[in-house]
Parts: sequence; structure tokens; C-alpha cells
Amino acid sequence: MNAMRRGALYLMLTVAALAVLFPLLVMLSTSLKPLDEVTNGSLFALPQDPTLDAWRKAWGSACISGQCSGLSVWFANSFAIVIPALFGSLALGAITGYALSLRSSRWSDLLFAALLIGLFIPPQVTLYPMIVLVREMGLFGSLPGLVFVHLVWGLAFVTLLFRNFFLSVPRDLLKSARVDGAGFLATFWYVLLPLSLPVAAVALVLQFTYIWNDFLLGLTFAGPGRQPVTVALNTLAGSQFGAQEHNVNMAATVIAALPTILVYFLSGRLFVRGIAAGAVKG
Amino acid sequence: MTETCPPRRRWRLPQGAAPAIALVPAALITLVCFYLFIGWTFAISLTDSRLLPNWEFIGLEQYRRLFASSRWWTALENLGLYAVLFIGGCTLLGYLLAILIDRGVRAEGVYRTIFMLPLSMSFVVTGIIWQWMLNPGLGIQQAVRGLGFEEFAFNWLVRADRAIFTVALAGIWQQVGLCMALFLAGLRGIDPNIWKAARVDGIPTWRVYLDIVTPMLKATFFTSTILLFSLAVKSFDLVVALTGGGPGFSSDLPARFVMEHILTRQELGLGAAGAFVMLCTIAAVVAPYLYLQNRRGAA
Repeated sequence: MNAMRRGALYLMLTVAALAVLFPLLVMLSTSLKPLDEVTNGSLFALPQDPTLDAWRKAWGSACISGQCSGLSVWFANSFAIVIPALFGSLALGAITGYALSLRSSRWSDLLFAALLIGLFIPPQVTLYPMIVLVREMGLFGSLPGLVFVHLVWGLAFVTLLFRNFFLSVPRDLLKSARVDGAGFLATFWYVLLPLSLPVAAVALVLQFTYIWNDFLLGLTFAGPGRQPVTVALNTLAGSQFGAQEHNVNMAATVIAALPTILVYFLSGRLFVRGIAAGAVKG
Repeated sequence: MTETCPPRRRWRLPQGAAPAIALVPAALITLVCFYLFIGWTFAISLTDSRLLPNWEFIGLEQYRRLFASSRWWTALENLGLYAVLFIGGCTLLGYLLAILIDRGVRAEGVYRTIFMLPLSMSFVVTGIIWQWMLNPGLGIQQAVRGLGFEEFAFNWLVRADRAIFTVALAGIWQQVGLCMALFLAGLRGIDPNIWKAARVDGIPTWRVYLDIVTPMLKATFFTSTILLFSLAVKSFDLVVALTGGGPGFSSDLPARFVMEHILTRQELGLGAAGAFVMLCTIAAVVAPYLYLQNRRGAA
């Protein structure tokens, strides 16, 4: 009886796991088929004659927005956006979280409470004034402009993560650093930052995932030719009309998804720890 | 650590000045990019701005136009349906998966990793994968027909009355792992003595879950519902990549409606009104939650 129940348990979990994996397997298998196998064969069939042609075309020669150099260009754009935005938002969030955790005054409590609204504002609400601001700064349609926008949108989440962590650091440690003559920045740099590596890793993984996966901000702020890979992917494969090369579309989808999937597998539990805190951001 | 910090007295800022200076960028962003911008959008929603902002105030006229628009109502109704399906589906399936995993299975990590894998991908990727799967000519429908079920029909993607269900399906697929993770954490936090007591009393396992454990996870249900609701209201990428709001505008959502009116339809005032309604929807759900959290924290 007990064995049967355990069997049922594993059966249900395995069915659920297969259901989650099925669309991903279809994506992979379609990307490895030649086009006639896609249009004449079954979605469920495995590739009879696996080929990387669709991958080559998706990476190097597919036409997106009138530019036939494949996804590689946009893939590079995404990295050019992610790297500065990632480190900028981590630095800003860490120093803000640190300052907010130091001593609670009426003003810093107020700022922290006010900051949290940033977790919930739909981007549509502040989008247009943000366009105006970035344009006034002379950065609209440029990489620094988009990086700035990512800093703003990531601020609440990253600050929350770091502040909560710094609050858990024993106050005595800060006091002894002060007795040793460390000021505000020295305490941060030599004492707290080395301690905060675990939470920094969580922030790194989550922010990488968010910024890489962003579509709306890239679409609005990047400017032609500088858009991230998500925007290019939607241009290439999002249209339901016209003759679509579905194998190329699926190869492009795998390529666009690979960096965050890799980070997910490499980061393991970090992702799980951050996801609940960050989910509000969407 | 002592070696790295020079012991001699250096010139110092007045006490408390350094943290205050460090907070300047965040304070500026909060003040300008959050509050001032919300106020700006609200003010613009009271004007007849079209392509560019102008300050001819016309009262609540844009809100009247908005709620007189059948497209906006379609988007709102879709949001209601989508939110119910998405939140309900993620919660039920996520809770069920968490319970199954919590029964003490081997290779727990493998299942957890699989269920959370879609969370790492963008909504655009999810939308495009599902658009392909649901393609009526080449996707699941055709493949099942190829297996001999000639009458099989699963063409929701191109049916105006069903397209929003496909958005919910893809959304659930992507986010179910989030609910599973939240509920699993909740289940792990339950006092093992409760299980021991239930076993001594001979209560069947399913009754323990239903009558004892589920009520204890009230806070987790609450949190996950808030998170999912906020995600549902903000859903933009998924519907753009999966259905493009179509067929026609049948699967449109407020987030897409607003983007279109602000950026391409030159209806800034109307779009701002829609955006403000979105904000109010989220605030109506999130504000009581934050309030209760705060009170619990204070008590």
C-alpha cells in the first residue's frame, strides 16, 4: 500500500516535470530540424536529420528590422546593456542599503518607506515622464540612457535586499570598526562588503535575469539598432503572419534564453532565495 | 582589518553627514522618478494631450473617454479573467507541487530545479515558445490530428473568445515555480510536532493538509496572491509576444493598451488615464497588504 502511494507520488511529480519540460523540448527539437521537416512533420516528432543550420541562420544571417546579420548583434547589445546596468545598480543599491541600515532617523525611515513604492509601480505609469527626463539629459536612445533607466527600476529591489542584510550584521562589529578609526566608507568597504558577498550574489543573479529579460524598457529607450535581444527576438518571431521559418525562430529563442538559463543552473539556490523577494518587481 | 584602516585622525565630515550624502542619489530618484512622475502622469491624464504633453486641463474627460471605450473594457475584462485564471492556476498547481515535494521524495532538488526553470526565462521567450506550440496549422492541434484524432481542435490562439486563455496558460507555465517555492518554504516552516500529533490521532494525511496545514499557510497564500496580482496587472511582454493582443484586440490587456496609446497612437492623455487606473488597481490590493504587514511588524 505504502509502496503504491510512493509510486503515485513519483508518477505525479514526473508527469508535472515532463509537462514543464515539454515546451522546452519542443523548442530544442524544432530548432534542430530542417524547414521541410518542420512544415511537413509532426510537432511531437524528434528531428530525423538533426542539423545546426537553423542555429547558424538565427545567429548570423536572419533578417531583423531590415538588418540581415542575425541575432548575434542584438545578443552583444544585451551584454553591453546588462554589464554596466548590473554593476551600477548593485553599487547604488548596496551603498543606499548600507546608509539606510546604519541608524534609523525619521528621514531615513521615511525614505525607505517611500522607496518601496518602486517595487510596485507599473512601468507604464512613469514611462513618459522618464522619456522626457532621459531626453533632457541628452541620453535618449543611447546606451547610458537605458542603463540609467535600469538603475532607477532596479533601485528599490536591490536596496531592499542589501538593507535587510546589513540590518542583520551585529552592531558591535560596526562599533569596533569605528573604534579602530574606520569612517563611513571604510567600514562599508573593509567590513561590510566582504560580509555581504552572499547577498550580493543573490542580487547579481536576480538583476542579471531581470535586465537580460527586460523587453519594455529596451523597446522604449534603446533606440534603433541598440535594442536588446528580447526586442529583436520578438521582431523576428513574434509575428504570426507571413512565411515564418519556425526552426530559425526556435533556434533564436534558445539563443536568447541561454544566458539566463545558464545563470540559473550555475547559481543554484541563490536564485531561489532571491526570487521571492524580487517577484514583486515583475 | 586594523592594519588597513590608518589609526591617525583624519579630516572628517560632521557626524552623520556621510550617510546623508550617500542617500542623495536614491532620494533624488525616489522623489523625482517615482513620486513626481506619478504626479506628472496624473496631471497629464487631466489634460487633452495627444502627441506631446500640453497643459489644457479638461477635468476627468480622458477618464470618461477611457471608460466609454469598448477596447478598454475588453482589456479590463481580460485582465479580470487572466488574473483569476493565472492566480488560481499558479496557486493550486504550485501548492500541489509543493505538497508532493514535501512528502519527502528523493532527488527533490531535480524536481525543484525543473519546476523553477521557466522563471529564469523572459516573458518574450515564453510567449514565442507557446505561440509555436499553439500554432493551429503546425502545433499541438496538427500533431494530435496526425496521431489519428482527426477532429481534435485546440485553436485557442486564433479564436477571439479563447486567446486570453492561452495567455493564462503560458503565464501559469512560467510562474508556477514561484508559487511552489513560496509554499515549499511555508510547509518547511511548519512545526513537525503538528505532524506527530496528527499521526498519533490517526488523522489521514489529506485531512491534515486541508484542515490544519492550509489554514496555517494563510500568510503565504496572501503573499503569493499579491505577487501574482501585481505581475498580472503589469503583464505586457507575454501578451505582446504570444498574441499581440489579438485576434483583433480580443486578448488585449491594460498594460498593452496603455503602451500603445502613449507611444504609437498619440493619445498621451488617454494613455496616462489608463496608466493611472493600473496604478490604482495595484494600490488597492497592495496597500492593505503593506498596512497589515506593518501592523504585524509593530505588534
